[in-house]
Amino acid sequence: MTLKLGVPSKGRLMEQTFDWFAARGLVLRRTGSDREYAAAVEGADGVELVLLSAGEIPRELAAGRIHLGVTGSDLVREKLADWETQVAELTPMGFGHADLILAVPACWADVDTLEDLDAAAAAFRRAHGFRLRIATKYHRLVRDFLRGAGVADYQLVDSQGATEGTVKNLTAEAVADITSSGETLRANHLKILSDGLIHQSQATLLAARGADWGNGAGGTLDGLCAMMGIDRPVV
Amino acid sequence: MADKAAARATGARLLAAFREAGAVEVEADILQPAEALLDLYGEDIRARAYVTADPLRGEMMLRPDFTVPVVQAHMAEGAEPARYCYLGEVFRKQEHRGPRVAEYFQAGFEVFDRADPEAADAEVFALFARLLAPLRLRAAMGDIGLLMDAVRGLDTLPARKAALLRHIWRPHRFHALLERYAGLTPVPPARAALLTGAGQPEAPWIGLRDPAEMAARIAALRADAAAAPLAAEAVAQLDALFAVNAPAPQALAQLRALASDMPAIAGAVDRLARRLAALAARGVDLDSVRFEASHGRATMEYYDGFVFSFTAAGPGLPPVASGGRYDALTAVLGQGRSIPAVGGVIRPGLVADLEGRA
Repeated sequence: MTLKLGVPSKGRLMEQTFDWFAARGLVLRRTGSDREYAAAVEGADGVELVLLSAGEIPRELAAGRIHLGVTGSDLVREKLADWETQVAELTPMGFGHADLILAVPACWADVDTLEDLDAAAAAFRRAHGFRLRIATKYHRLVRDFLRGAGVADYQLVDSQGATEGTVKNLTAEAVADITSSGETLRANHLKILSDGLIHQSQATLLAARGADWGNGAGGTLDGLCAMMGIDRPVV
Repeated sequence: MADKAAARATGARLLAAFREAGAVEVEADILQPAEALLDLYGEDIRARAYVTADPLRGEMMLRPDFTVPVVQAHMAEGAEPARYCYLGEVFRKQEHRGPRVAEYFQAGFEVFDRADPEAADAEVFALFARLLAPLRLRAAMGDIGLLMDAVRGLDTLPARKAALLRHIWRPHRFHALLERYAGLTPVPPARAALLTGAGQPEAPWIGLRDPAEMAARIAALRADAAAAPLAAEAVAQLDALFAVNAPAPQALAQLRALASDMPAIAGAVDRLARRLAALAARGVDLDSVRFEASHGRATMEYYDGFVFSFTAAGPGLPPVASGGRYDALTAVLGQGRSIPAVGGVIRPGLVADLEGRA
């Protein structure tokens, strides 16, 4: 049985993943035409490469359809309930850095912390008759973060793209989104709360606890871990 | 875990006992409009309830409890006083693996009665205690109203009291605010700059929140900064109150002692004394019931008076039964009208489990 390794199928994340493995002796490459999602592996036996959208890799790991996968640590926490029971983090990979943060309009001089946001939300609800809206696609991470911080009187509104524009478009009062440089936030007249860092994400190599590790897959993992210089996880 | 048939049969037995205690059985739709529940509970309920879409009625939830539909039905057409009971499945998403299930029966008993709230509290608790007595559960009670009275009695700005009251159910934020008002935590740099006259940032105004709303908050922050910090003594008294945790008769004595320095809670302590007397009159052994002042603070903001639970030993298991007083909820759902209400639910599936093990 082959060990299936799921990696992002396109873009910079794919290239950096390939580079990371190549530096450790495992050569991954796409085969066929540019548009065909076929791939090959050199440097280890019994490994099959599966090209997937980074957003689908957590789900495929949870289902055990792939043994190993590369995706953002934010996506694993967002998409999988009780993620630690479903996947094991083998190692952070040192690229794909992005912060999930909470941001409000830069013009709000009175709001700099979660405590301020909570107080503003209470007053907003009294004034407008509904809860202060936070636009995001990271519902679980944001909700857990705000619950832990004891923030009330907010609601999450789903935003799958152009999230930074929701405040200006009057569909949200605040946003929770991924940023690396903060430029898009500034361009949209938003500022990050001083204690508004929800999660620092980076590309991570993960193992599926629910995959079939028999028939040689476990042995292949031993070999890969030795090559990568990482501890063999308990899966 | 008991199978559905066993849970349903146990539930039917509990329901019969509730009827015998004078309750009228009511039904509630499984699909409930999401809006009322979301408005009441906020984002937390979205994490805990199954939300689905109806093509004509919009967002709906699989009922996460019966209380809201029962209160709504009572406010719409009920005569007073009223006693209701119900049996049916409720649905709660579970974010963690473990013994908690997503779909289970609740058998409930609710009392809407203005005449004597403490007697109604005792009626519900004593009924539950009698029905659950063979299981030898751990019984605990608390009183959110007592905590609220203590906050209302603080010698400080009304805005501070309102903020603390809003966070009674979120202990972490509550205590952070308490320390802020007592001057025990440093003022965040951005707020300090704002209070010393830092100007408006050079950013265009965007969003629905109005500049007047910001001006009002800045004025409130200035008033807060100008006010005297909450006395260390008052914070210590609140901490002592929240920490009360003893068999009910001893807890009552401790609370009486605290009330001599906190006159605001005297009325609530008197109500507790009447409640305990009513419980004793109904045959409840008070020494076996713990009074925990912080009981019910970690649940959804719902109960605002007497709260109770019956719990089996076993890590991670939810209470076998829980309930309390929710007067404020009836005011919210009654749109101007309200009625004192107290009630609780038993989980027949857990009861059947424990009976099967015994």
